[in-house]
Amino acid sequence: MKVRAAGQILAVVTMHREKVGGQAPIFYTESQEETAQIATYLARVFMAAIHDLGNGVYIIVKH
Amino acid sequence: MQYLLTIILGTIGGLLARFYMLRRDYRQYPSYPQGWAIHLFIGFIGAFLGSIIVPSVLEQEFAAVSFLLLAASQFREVRNIERSSLEKIEATELVVRGSAYIEGIARVFEARNYLSIITSLFISIVSELLKFNLTLRLIGSTATGLLTAGLLNYLMRGPSISDIADIKLAEINFDGPILDIGGVKVSNVGLDSVREIYQKYGVAAEIHPKDPDAKATLSNIGQMQAIAHDVSSMVGVRMDVGEQEYTPLVRRDPVSGKLVIVIVPSEDDEQAFLEAISNVPVLEGAIRKPLRSVAGRMMD
Repeated sequence: MKVRAAGQILAVVTMHREKVGGQAPIFYTESQEETAQIATYLARVFMAAIHDLGNGVYIIVKH
Repeated sequence: MQYLLTIILGTIGGLLARFYMLRRDYRQYPSYPQGWAIHLFIGFIGAFLGSIIVPSVLEQEFAAVSFLLLAASQFREVRNIERSSLEKIEATELVVRGSAYIEGIARVFEARNYLSIITSLFISIVSELLKFNLTLRLIGSTATGLLTAGLLNYLMRGPSISDIADIKLAEINFDGPILDIGGVKVSNVGLDSVREIYQKYGVAAEIHPKDPDAKATLSNIGQMQAIAHDVSSMVGVRMDVGEQEYTPLVRRDPVSGKLVIVIVPSEDDEQAFLEAISNVPVLEGAIRKPLRSVAGRMMD
């Protein structure tokens, strides 16, 4: 049986340092474009989905 | 060998019945010709068993009849074979079938062998009854075979989604990052570029259940997954391994019980999309009939 991290935040990508913290890897970015770029790369690496929390914070979640 | 003709007629009839039922089914089981060889051979065994029941009874070989019935129980194994092979290839599907759908398919494959046995049994009964006239015997057996196979097939045909629900196209809207289809919040799509692709190429539909029975049936998660799988296998899906954003989604409106489906198909053809949804079979394991109960009727 293969164990997979599902329903778990794999990474956080954001420009806003003050809004995030905790255990998941956090990637700080400089611009909106860079945020989208990094989020895409991470999602492809993890084969996961990108969710926008609406406050400029993107999370990578495996479903 | 006074029973030779009966056995041959019954076996051929049962085999043809199995073949007829196999033909109607290639979408559920796409691995022909190997899959066909397997099922035709098992069907042949079934047809042969069915056709030698009558001669055994006539010869008063009741031990033989018991053994034949014992052999028939082996066909239960067919369901296990189907289930395990479909479960094995499940990991290779972009959009999974879901265990409810697999169970439904496996059950159908088991049942079809029994239909083949029954068809050949009926043919051999008629063939023995009309023994006095060769022409009559051939015509009678053929007619019985066609009738039995046709009738059983008709009776076995389950409803499809269009029988229990009205399907219409829906608009794809975004409320911030939230994908919204007909008022149902489907998922959170993070990237602008992905949202654009949804707006440009995506198609969505609403599936409105016709009555409370349909509402209960459509609420089955296995049924929802079966819709997602079948639709994406028919109209194609514009996604690659690991692109979870484009996974076809089926979600339920808890208030009205309607389902919404959204998919980014490989070809943007809305009519084909609607047609694909209409043809999804209603899973046997998903069917609920609350209207058959007093409480269900009181709610209606």
